[in-house]
Amino acid sequence: MSPLLSLILIPLVTAAFCMAGSAPRRISLFGAGANLLLSLYLLASYNLEIGGFQFVSENALFPAYGLSFSLGADGLSMVLLLLATLVTFAAVWVTPPVEKSPGMFYACLLLISGGAIGAFASIDLFFFYAFHELALIPTFLLIGIWGSGDRQRIAWKVTIYLAFGSFILLLGLIGLWLAVPEGLRTFDIRLLQQLGYAGLLTPGPAVYLLLFFGFGILIALFPFHTWAPEAYASAPAPAAMLHAGVLKKFGLYGLLRLVVPIFPEEIQQFAHLVLILLLGNILYVGFVTLAQKRLDLMLGYSSVMHMGYAFLGFVALNQLGLAGLSLMLFAHGLTVAALFALCGEINRRTGTLEFSELGGLAGVTPKLGLLFGFAAMASVGLPGFATFASEIMIFFGAFARGAVGSFNWFQTATALALWGVVISAVYMLRAYRNIFWGARGSAVKADTADISSGVRWAVILLLAVLLLTGFRPGLLLDYLNPVFAYLP
Amino acid sequence: MNPLYLEASVVVLGIFLLMAEAFSGPGAKRGIAYLGILGLLGILGATFFADPAAMNASAAYAKFYSADPLALFLKQFALLTTVIVLVMALEYAPTVEANLPSERRGAGLGEFYTLPVLACAGLMWMASAVDFVMIFVSLELVTITFYILVSYLRRNENSLEAGTKFLVLGALSTGFLVYGITWIYGVTGQFNLAAIAAKLPLLDQAAAPALLFGFGLVLIALGFKIAAAPFQFWVPDVYQGAPTPVTAFLSVASKAAGFIVLLRVVQTFLVVPALQEKILPLLAVIAGATMIFGNLAAIPQSNLKRLLAYSSIGHAGYLLLGIVSIGAPFAGTAIVFYLAAYLLMTLLAFLVMTIVAQATGGDDLANFNGLNQRAPHLAFALMLAMLSLAGIPLTAGFLGKLFIFECAIEQQHWGLVILGVITVAAGFYYYLKVIRAMYWQQPADPDAPEIAVSALAKLTIALLCALIIWLGVYPAPLLSLLP
Repeated sequence: MSPLLSLILIPLVTAAFCMAGSAPRRISLFGAGANLLLSLYLLASYNLEIGGFQFVSENALFPAYGLSFSLGADGLSMVLLLLATLVTFAAVWVTPPVEKSPGMFYACLLLISGGAIGAFASIDLFFFYAFHELALIPTFLLIGIWGSGDRQRIAWKVTIYLAFGSFILLLGLIGLWLAVPEGLRTFDIRLLQQLGYAGLLTPGPAVYLLLFFGFGILIALFPFHTWAPEAYASAPAPAAMLHAGVLKKFGLYGLLRLVVPIFPEEIQQFAHLVLILLLGNILYVGFVTLAQKRLDLMLGYSSVMHMGYAFLGFVALNQLGLAGLSLMLFAHGLTVAALFALCGEINRRTGTLEFSELGGLAGVTPKLGLLFGFAAMASVGLPGFATFASEIMIFFGAFARGAVGSFNWFQTATALALWGVVISAVYMLRAYRNIFWGARGSAVKADTADISSGVRWAVILLLAVLLLTGFRPGLLLDYLNPVFAYLP
Repeated sequence: MNPLYLEASVVVLGIFLLMAEAFSGPGAKRGIAYLGILGLLGILGATFFADPAAMNASAAYAKFYSADPLALFLKQFALLTTVIVLVMALEYAPTVEANLPSERRGAGLGEFYTLPVLACAGLMWMASAVDFVMIFVSLELVTITFYILVSYLRRNENSLEAGTKFLVLGALSTGFLVYGITWIYGVTGQFNLAAIAAKLPLLDQAAAPALLFGFGLVLIALGFKIAAAPFQFWVPDVYQGAPTPVTAFLSVASKAAGFIVLLRVVQTFLVVPALQEKILPLLAVIAGATMIFGNLAAIPQSNLKRLLAYSSIGHAGYLLLGIVSIGAPFAGTAIVFYLAAYLLMTLLAFLVMTIVAQATGGDDLANFNGLNQRAPHLAFALMLAMLSLAGIPLTAGFLGKLFIFECAIEQQHWGLVILGVITVAAGFYYYLKVIRAMYWQQPADPDAPEIAVSALAKLTIALLCALIIWLGVYPAPLLSLLP
C-alpha cells in the first residue's frame, strides 16, 4: 500500500473504529499520533534533490475519461500534510470529555482530517475536489450537535455557504477540464500543470473567475467571509482548530496548485480586483475584529483577516510571495489551532468568553496566561515565530512587484496591508490584557483551575513547531521554494 | 435468446402469481412476494443473455420493438426496481391490511404483490418502444396498473384522493398524447419513430407548425409522466397519498420510462435543424422551471414523503438539463447514469422510510427525530441516501450531477448551469433537514425499543448502500455497460 494511501486511510479507519467501539479517545489519539509520525517519516524521506511529485501511486478507475485514483506529493503537499496531521493530533489531544456520543465526535474530527489529507495528497482533480467535499458533512454534524450558541442556524449557514462555494468551484473545474484540448483530456493535476507551464492550456477569464471565487468562498475572501467567524465561534474547540487550521487551507492550496500554474495572465489581469478585495479582508475585517467583545468571535474574525495576507502573496505571483504564502498556510494553521484550543480551555474554566466578564485570569491560571501570550504573539507575527517569516516574505514579494520611484497598485496595497499588522497587534494585545491582566472579572474565581495537561502539552507542541520553523524557516522553505522556482 | 421472451416471461410470472394467490391460504401471502422476487431476479439474470440479433428483423414486431443496449439497460432497471419495491411491499403489508375493508386476514395482499410485476412488464415494453402506437399501449398498461395501486388503501382518504387525482390527470395526459400522435401522424403518415425521422427532412416548411403542435402535445403528455413543471402539480398529493412502495415505484420506474420515451421522441425530432431551434429552447425553459420549482418547493416541507416528491421533481429538472444538452456526445450516457444513481438513492430512501414509518406511525419528519439513537444503521442508510440525493462527492448522486453539468457546460447552457448550481445548493438545505432530524433532534420517546428490520430488508439496504458508494467511487464498470 502506498504511504500516502495509509496517511488517508489511518484517520478514516480510526473513525470507523470510534463509531463502532469503545474508548474512542484512546483509539483516535493513537491513530492521529501514528499518522503524525508517518507524515514526519514521509517528510524526512522525501528526496529534496529530485523534487517534484513523489510517493506517486496511480489506480486507473475510468481510463476513457482519464479518471484515476492517483496520489502523490510535492514539497507544498508535504508541508500541508504535516500541518494536517499535526493539527489533527493536537485537536484530538485537547478534546475535553464529550457527553453526547463521544464516538461520533471523534469520528467526525477524524473524517475532517482524512478529507483534508486526501485533498492534499490527491493529484487527480476529481478526488482533490471530492475529498474536500467529504469533510463538509462532519463539519455540519460537529457544529450542529456539539456547537454552542445558535448552533443549528449556524451549522445550516456554513454548510449551505460552503456547498455553494464548492459548486462554483466545481463549475470552474469542469470548465478547466473542458479547456484541455481534446485527446489530452485528463484529471491528472501534474499534466494540467505541465500544460499550463507550456502555455497549451488557456481556459480564459471566465474559468479563472469561477475558480478564484469558488476557492475564495472557501477561504472566506471578503465579502464572502460572513460564514467563518460565526462558525468558528460556535464550533467546539477541536472542530474549529481543524476547520480553521487545516480545512480552510484547502482553498489556498487549490489556488497554488491549479490557478497559479495555469492562469498567470488572468491573475495579472484581475490583480486590481484582488488587491481591493484583500484590503477588504485586512482593513475592513480588521476593524470589525477590533470591535468584537467576545474572544471566540474575535479569533474567528482575526483568522478571516489574516487570509488577506495570503491573497497578497497570491497576487504577487513571484517566488518570494508564493513561498511566503505557502509558509503562511503552515504557520497560520498552527497559530489558529493553538488559539482556538486555548479559547476552548478559557471557556471551560470560566464559563464565558465575554471580555467584560473576564480579567486578571493570569493571577489564578498562570500557565494558561503564559501560553496564550505566546500564541497571541505568534498570531500578531512577532519575529521568532514562523508567522513573522511568512508575512515578511509576502510583504517583500508583493512590494517587489512595483516600479522604482513611484508607487504602483501593488506597493500602495502592501503599504496599506502593513497597517493590518498594527491592527492585529492592537486587538490581540487588548484581548490579552482584558482576559489575563487587570482587575479580576466577575467570571474569574480564586479557585479557577489552571490549564489541563492535555491542552497544555498540545499547545506547547504547536508553539514549539512554530518557534522552530520561525527560527529556521529554511526547514520548510527547502520544500516550498522548488515548487515556485520557475517564477521570477 | 430473443429479448421478446423477457416481457413475455414477466407477464407469465404475473399471471402465475395471481393464480397462486387464488389458491394460497391467508398465511401464505408473503410467499407470493417471495416468488415474485425470485422470478424477477431470474428474469433479471436472463437479460444479460438477451441477444437482439436473435430477433427476426423482417418480422412485423421489429418495427415497433427495439432491443438496443439502452432498452436492455432500462429493462434491467425496471426489474431491479420492481424487486426492491416488492421488498418494500413486504415491509408495508401491515398498513395495507389495516386499510382494506375486508375482515379476512391477508385479503388483498396477494394483488398488492402481483400488480407491480404487471406494471414492470409495461415498463419493459416502454423501454423498447420505438413506435407511437407501442409507446401509447405500454404507457397505458403502466398507468392503469398504477391507477389501482395508488388508491389501494381503500379505507384511507388520502389514498383515495390521490387515486382520483391521478386518474383524472392521467386521463387528461393520455388525451394529450393521443391527440399529439394524431397530428404527427397526420403530417408524416408514420407511427414509427425511425420512419418519422427519415420523413421529416423531406417535408416542406409549411408543415412545421402542425408538427410542432403535435410535438408540443406529446411533450405535455410526457411532462405529466416525468413530472416536469408546469405539469407537476399532481405529484405532491399523489406521492403523499399513495402507499409508500407505490410512491417509490412511481417516482423511479415510471419516471425513468417516461424519460427514455422522451429521449427517443426528442432525438427523432432533432434531426431537422429548423425544429431543433424551436424544441431545444422550449425544453430549456421546462428544465429551468422544473429545477426551480422542485427544489424551492421542497424547502418548507415537513413530511418526508412529500419532501421526496418535490425532490423527485427537482431531479427531473436535472435530467431534463441532460436532454437539453443532448448535443454533447456523452449526454446519453450521462442521463442513463443519472437515472441509475437516482434509482439507487431514491429506493434506499423509500425503503428506510417504509420501515421507520411502520415503527413510528408516520412519515412526518418529526417521526424521524433521534432515529440515530433508536436505529443507528437505518439512520446511517438514510443519511447516505440524502447525501447522494444532495450530490456529495464519493456517492453515485454526485457523479450523476457531474456528468450532466459537464454536458451542459460543453453545450454552453450557462444560464441553466447557474440555475442548476443555485438549486443544488437549495437541495442541500432540505436534504440536510432530514439528517438534522435524525442526528440532532431528540426522539419523542427516548425509551422506545430498537426498530426491528427483517433480514431481507437488511440485505437490500446494505446492497443499496454499497452500490451507491461503489458507483460514486468506481463508476467504470457501469459506464462500460451503458450504451
